[in-house]
Amino acid sequence: MLAELGLAALWLCAALAVLQLVGGALAQRDGSGELAALVRPAAIVQGVLAMFAFLMLLWVFAITDLSVKLVATNSHSMKPLIFKLSGAWGNHEGSMLLWVTVMAMAGGLIALVEKRLPEKTMQATLAAQGFVALGFYAFLILSSNPFERLPLPAVEGQGLNPLLQDIGLAFHPPTLYFGYVGLSVAFSFAVGALLTRQVTPEFARVMRPWVLGAWVFLTLGITAGSYWAYYELGWGGWWFWDPVENASLMPWLAATALLHSASVLAARDALRTWTIMLGVVAFSMSMVGTFLVRSGILTSVHAFAVDPERGSFILMLLTLYIGGALAVFAVRAGSIAEGTRFKAWSREGALVFNNVMLSAILGIVLLGTLYPLLTEAFDVRVSVGPPYFNPVGAIFTIPMLLVMGVGPLLRWRGDSWERLKWPIITISAIIAVVGLLVLVFGDVTVLPLLGLAIAAGLAIAAFLPLRGRNLRRVPIATWGMVIAHFGIAVSLFGMASETAFTQEKLAAVSPGGSEQVGDWNIKLESVDPVAGPNWTALEARLFVSRGSEKPALVTPQARNFWAPPQQTTESALLTRWDGQFYAVLGDQAEDGRWQLRLWWKPFVTLIWYGGLLIALGGVFAIIGRVRSDLRRRAGEEDNEGNSPEWEQA
Amino acid sequence: MSDNGGTRGLKPKHQRLVLVSLALVALIGASLLAVWGLRSQANYFYLPDQLVASPPPAGQAIRLGGMVAEGSIQTMGDGITIAFIVTDQKEARVPVMFSGILPDLFVENSGVVAEGALDAKGVFQAENLLAKHDENYVPKELQEMSEHQAAKMAEETTLGLD
Repeated sequence: MLAELGLAALWLCAALAVLQLVGGALAQRDGSGELAALVRPAAIVQGVLAMFAFLMLLWVFAITDLSVKLVATNSHSMKPLIFKLSGAWGNHEGSMLLWVTVMAMAGGLIALVEKRLPEKTMQATLAAQGFVALGFYAFLILSSNPFERLPLPAVEGQGLNPLLQDIGLAFHPPTLYFGYVGLSVAFSFAVGALLTRQVTPEFARVMRPWVLGAWVFLTLGITAGSYWAYYELGWGGWWFWDPVENASLMPWLAATALLHSASVLAARDALRTWTIMLGVVAFSMSMVGTFLVRSGILTSVHAFAVDPERGSFILMLLTLYIGGALAVFAVRAGSIAEGTRFKAWSREGALVFNNVMLSAILGIVLLGTLYPLLTEAFDVRVSVGPPYFNPVGAIFTIPMLLVMGVGPLLRWRGDSWERLKWPIITISAIIAVVGLLVLVFGDVTVLPLLGLAIAAGLAIAAFLPLRGRNLRRVPIATWGMVIAHFGIAVSLFGMASETAFTQEKLAAVSPGGSEQVGDWNIKLESVDPVAGPNWTALEARLFVSRGSEKPALVTPQARNFWAPPQQTTESALLTRWDGQFYAVLGDQAEDGRWQLRLWWKPFVTLIWYGGLLIALGGVFAIIGRVRSDLRRRAGEEDNEGNSPEWEQA
Repeated sequence: MSDNGGTRGLKPKHQRLVLVSLALVALIGASLLAVWGLRSQANYFYLPDQLVASPPPAGQAIRLGGMVAEGSIQTMGDGITIAFIVTDQKEARVPVMFSGILPDLFVENSGVVAEGALDAKGVFQAENLLAKHDENYVPKELQEMSEHQAAKMAEETTLGLD
């Protein structure tokens, strides 16, 4: 019964999406059709119904209703409740339902609260949102029905992949989906603005919180995904340039570019068509990402439960949305008047540089990700990895990072070299000194060396926009920028340090024996069997110490899950302020020795702390933007350009 | 980006043109660089029979995909190096050496993709092993390979029946 209610809600949602699309489209023609008045309510009700459908799915998972196919194939009555619930979206059908639910809720939210744009533009936006949602409803109902019943209820569920039975992973995919969906809202705003030729600073301000929100979620999703891969796969790496990782990185790159260009549009009324284009590209990248992840068309270490046929459905949707948007763009872009001019040496100029570099990096990642598909057409199998992505990406990343240090110091419209001479000299000097120090004292390859040096320079540069200002009066959005840029520096430092200074040892150790990695002394006490709720494991007891420190217990495991039967290696981590000790237990050799893989990774944690800082900066920016927008709406009109203080500074 | 001259007399149309061409130049540059990088840095995938028939130069990074031959997994004296044979379940057999922790589902008669390079003696030195990592997931190359084999077997067994 619950499942049928959920399915019925989905059908209703689809019908409302049609109404939204038709009503919004008619409104464009005759201005105020009768259906037009229904567009907003339709979007709101659709949001509520989609939420209802998703709650039904959660419910059937919570009570482990084994007559529902999805539950029978992905859950198990003996699982802890939290994993029963997360199992609801830890599979293809459920995750797609989560996607449309979030999208419908976002559509409902803008229909409910967004009153700043002209009504016609809003209707066009909601029509676009309905169009996108409709494709996903069709996808769900026709080819991925999460509520499908089994002819005969299963006796017991098949369980959830143990690699997915992890609290981090329970929240990782939803985080990315929130990001993807946020970009779909930005896309709809862009299409709406394009259709009604209302590409104004106001449009950028309305769109910006959605882009920022999407960007914060993507940042968190990527950060969490990277940490998950790091400790769960047991390979000690934090980024593999895997197609699924790239699938989350590409929308992030596009969203980063978009939020910066939207800032220019909001503050200075420049980069109009470019911002629209980026809105389209950013959502395209979300769709490409979904396609790559869901179709399993590329080999990935993260790929779970993939299905090529569904992939072609997503590909079809992708072509439809993007083709449609680009067609509208081609027809309308010419009629969008050009925005305000600016000089190259200005805040706008730096942001344009940032945008071009981000687009180039995006292109490089996209080409590298799709290249195996291209060559496969000629029956040549290749894989593309770090030897391509690292150096080629760095060629564009390094100049971008350098300009990132200076850009926020520049004035809008135009600036003088004299004013910025000293900050630039200071930043360059820090980079040069740190670079030289690393070169002299460390045995480091070129990229990590540059990474360390630039990270040091950027860490200082990030705070320079606060120089000479009353810190209490600095707008929240500016703090957001400072924190996010500082987060980039922190993360970069972690990446470079891990790459440059990691120490690794692979050893076979008898119980009682010990090993040495860098300054660390590791003693293997014993390897014992242990048991958990749905697994048994062999657990190594390692006592790890450095210098005169008291030895700490570290317990890597080799786990055997029984539903479904599978082995996993559970790495063990010991975190210190200056890095992480990482241990993995392998097999036992015939002579009784145990394989151990041990790493000391200096400052590796900064990678993820940096990611969190970047996201935190985004949150500050949203708060600051929304607050100043609310104030402006309350009637506090600035005299020029309608932009907050720091944007004029 | 370091133009600090006076107000330039660019018409709005021209600035848009300049920006578009700058973006185009950067993107074309990026694409050219990417193509160059892909040509030189992509990792080619080999099946065991291809590797035996036309081995790539020693030291070139490649990927080898196949089945782990039955009874071929051996642990060396150091306790950390594993030797095994990757086969296509016909004649082609490639010896592989790997130092490290084996993937969770690395077992005999199961698919594996090894990343690494051939050494001078014709032994594949693997730096990384990718095994299927859940019950349902098989590396794509292996999936297709087994379909291919199944088709071949069907062809052979039905030969001359019509």
